[in-house]
Amino acid sequence: MYEPTVARLTYRALLGRRRAAILFLLPALLIVIAVAVRMLVGVDDGVAADVLGGFALATMVPLIGVIAGTGAIGPEIDDGSIVYLLSKPVKRPTIIFTKLIVAIAVTMAFSAIPTFIAGLILNGNGSQIAIAYTVAALVASIAYSAVFLLLGTVSRHAVVFGLVYALVWEALFGSLVPGARTLSIQQWALSLAEKIGADGAIASDVGLPTAVILLVVVTGLATWYAGQKLRSLTLAGDE
Amino acid sequence: MATELTPQGADPTRIHNIGYRKYDGPRLGRAYARRSLYSQSLRGAYGLGRSAKSKVLPMVLFGVMTATAAIIVAVAVAAPAGTMTKLPLSYTAFAITLQPVIGLYLAAQAPQTVSRDLRFKTVPLYFSRPIERRDYVLAKYAAMASALFALTAIPLVILYAGALLAKFDFGAQTKGFGQGLVSVALLSLLFAGLGLVMAALTPRRGFGVAAVIAVFTISYGAVSTVQAIASAQEANGAVEWLGLFSPATLIDGVQTAFLGATSNFPGGTGPGAGTGVVYLLVVLGLIAGSYAVLMRRYRKVGL
Repeated sequence: MYEPTVARLTYRALLGRRRAAILFLLPALLIVIAVAVRMLVGVDDGVAADVLGGFALATMVPLIGVIAGTGAIGPEIDDGSIVYLLSKPVKRPTIIFTKLIVAIAVTMAFSAIPTFIAGLILNGNGSQIAIAYTVAALVASIAYSAVFLLLGTVSRHAVVFGLVYALVWEALFGSLVPGARTLSIQQWALSLAEKIGADGAIASDVGLPTAVILLVVVTGLATWYAGQKLRSLTLAGDE
Repeated sequence: MATELTPQGADPTRIHNIGYRKYDGPRLGRAYARRSLYSQSLRGAYGLGRSAKSKVLPMVLFGVMTATAAIIVAVAVAAPAGTMTKLPLSYTAFAITLQPVIGLYLAAQAPQTVSRDLRFKTVPLYFSRPIERRDYVLAKYAAMASALFALTAIPLVILYAGALLAKFDFGAQTKGFGQGLVSVALLSLLFAGLGLVMAALTPRRGFGVAAVIAVFTISYGAVSTVQAIASAQEANGAVEWLGLFSPATLIDGVQTAFLGATSNFPGGTGPGAGTGVVYLLVVLGLIAGSYAVLMRRYRKVGL
């Protein structure tokens, strides 16, 4: 199921010169904010949860998920070089699975580690907040990567749609319409964080069993369907 | 070899006149080429003259902007007479409130405007015309800024028309409308410049989109988060200076200081005239800077 050559090519595509710059920018920003907040406020569990929940989990993780998930396959479909990969005797679901593993690894590395460091800076893992949000970021990385990888195979405007989902659906609708929160990867991940963090430190709108089931189903379905899409991929010109 | 067919001793090279005619009509020149590039880019920014699929996103976002304005107008007009003396959302606050939509539009369209030329290596074809680097950059910059201005100013016109229909005070509304127009013009120039720079530096469209969003939405999110925390700690001086670090709060600061707007900063503590000058200088510096970066970018044509 795992093809080392495909993985190596995907890593190279994702961590090439300028792309890596965007990936480094966001975690750096998070750390800077964490340091600034710590200097302004001092140790405060509520503020730490606000920063990690509001900035790290709500904007940074989805954004890195979009870049890594769609970036793992989107550019190759975009410039047509995917045909060289597809013409090799490698199963298409294997290609998708390998790219998913790479995307998950990159998203985890660039979102969970900075989240953990920022959590330590903010309150030194008081009330288990740093650990809780790190676990949430790890779990969210898996689901985001799978969903955005699927988007990358479905549409040429995957990045825009991914951003619309991450910023408009999760951030805007999620805050206005409570029902939208049930269908949000961020909330599913938060329900895990809720269990780990101290009582009342983190709140989620979704129960843990529902969240786990939805996470598994969405990740599995997205990966399977992406493999199916790749089997019948048609290459079109730009536009 | 052609030489084998020519007789010995004769000069083997010759130029045949195969009947091409010289072009002796009028030459439209550099200004015309620049104008064409401008209008093509502006049309392209709304998907006009391109496939139906590429019209969807800009038109949907444009619809969101105008629909919001229309709803505000409907609320203002439907309110019982005398209960409202001004619009529920002021002219200057409109663009700041809807800046995620503007950010998405820019993220989707700025890469379309410049990245495709770079990726398909068509830039050399432009420069085989009588335009120069300055013309190309100016045309693209002006087109993107005009597209953003249309996106932000047309809703203001709707608001203004609605305010007059609802018989609000004519003088105050016209003043607010004028201030709003100046503010969105500044916003269009600033956003277009930054967006084009990001898009021109990352020719892969997907990464261009993500980079633009990172610069606009993420910096706005980060700045407002820290501002909110600073405001809660009563560090109002910090709130004022933090606004310098994101494009939307920069515009917010400028219009609070000079255009009579109410600040969206937490606590409503926008910069005064003194700090406002710094804001204005930073905005103008960023606009000039993005023009300079674009000029540098196109010194070497290609990826």
